[in-house]
Amino acid sequence: MQTYYDPADLKKFGQIGEFQKEFADKFFAYYGAVFAEGALTAREKSLIALAVSHTVQCPYCIDAYTSDTLEKGCSEQEMMEAVHVAAAIRGGATLVHGVQMMNKAKELSM
Amino acid sequence: MSTTKSLKAAGHTLASSAAQLDFIGNDTFSKLGLPSFREKLDDVDLFPLTPTQIDIFQVNVGKMCNQVCRHCHVDAGPDRKEIMTRETMQQCLDALAKTSIPTVDLTGGAPEMNPNFRWFVEELTRLGRHVIVRCNLTIIVANPKYHDLPEFFRDHQIEVVSSLPFYNADKTDRQRGKGVFADSIRAMKMLNDVGYGQEESGLILNLVYNPNGAFLPGDQGSLKRQFKRVLSDEFGLVFNDLYAITNVPVSRYLDYLITSGNYDGYMEKLVNSFNPSAAAGVMCRNTISIGWDGQLYDCDFNQMLDLNVASQITHIRDFDADKLAKRSIIVNEHCYACTAGAGSSCGGATA
Repeated sequence: MQTYYDPADLKKFGQIGEFQKEFADKFFAYYGAVFAEGALTAREKSLIALAVSHTVQCPYCIDAYTSDTLEKGCSEQEMMEAVHVAAAIRGGATLVHGVQMMNKAKELSM
Repeated sequence: MSTTKSLKAAGHTLASSAAQLDFIGNDTFSKLGLPSFREKLDDVDLFPLTPTQIDIFQVNVGKMCNQVCRHCHVDAGPDRKEIMTRETMQQCLDALAKTSIPTVDLTGGAPEMNPNFRWFVEELTRLGRHVIVRCNLTIIVANPKYHDLPEFFRDHQIEVVSSLPFYNADKTDRQRGKGVFADSIRAMKMLNDVGYGQEESGLILNLVYNPNGAFLPGDQGSLKRQFKRVLSDEFGLVFNDLYAITNVPVSRYLDYLITSGNYDGYMEKLVNSFNPSAAAGVMCRNTISIGWDGQLYDCDFNQMLDLNVASQITHIRDFDADKLAKRSIIVNEHCYACTAGAGSSCGGATA
């Protein structure tokens, strides 16, 4: 193993069943159902997946959902706005804890 | 980067069909361990691929075009002078008159730039055939002599099929040239104004979507909904259907794939997305393609690769539907584009 991440490994995702078939089959069936057209369109789900991919910082997911959003006819602007949603929630999650810091600081201070 | 010259005018190696075939047939497939298209067809009992019957008579009336799109499989452009003569058009009419082929599909280049285009359309409608024109939209506003094309199309009840690869200027212009989106919107408005795409007008305006890069088209129905919503909300435009077409690795799109480093990945994606039902429904089975010089081909892509029909009948002047029906269709690795995913044809998805 030369590197931890290899783009070619993405194509091997389906092979995880080799070590545990039952769970893999259940996962992929579930995965397929989640991303099908539903109350949300497949296009909306793909943009959510792209945003979450950046939150979990998974290079495989970013690769897969960049292609998928492009295939679904999303514009680059929509894709970047999705990433900003992820970033805003991440940043907001940090900053909102600032209140906790303030509470504690006030508790400890004169 | 936008270009203004065809590969041919630029003296590019890939202007030669032999060079393209050589590249497509090179060792990429064995290197990636991919099966040939022929093997893949064989696996699903479709080799040799045979015609069903001719429903579509597709005539490429010339390679001249007012645009130089980056993905063009024809390598069309203003510098291309190959144009169908009136004599060859007459041979097409004579061939059609002997048959009951219902649909004539006119393509190019920009077919409207052929000086005999209007005469040809009039003669075709006189034969009672349904005529489709593959109009790039911008030709309508390119020159005052084309401004009345919407009325001409309407008067002859022509079905208009127009390329619009995206619903914004950025992506459209990157593929088709600077200013193309704005001109396309103006032209679409002119078509809408004479009734095209309007409910109950009977005047059909269909759009063609093709991916703006090295990826496959998504679901045709969802793309259509998205295009309808944006074009209506932002521009007040309407159209009937949207055809999602997969880019075929021929000519300028092949050049794009190679120079962008996407060739291997794209071919692998096409092969892995092979769909047997799309293979059974490929358009070459019910289409005959006629080149600007009257030569016959299985499809417009084979035409650009100079892969003539495998038949004793190779020119429109000798057209014989029965003899052509006995041929086998010429296939090569570029054919994977028509069998990937939901399939692809000049009328969009096939599976």
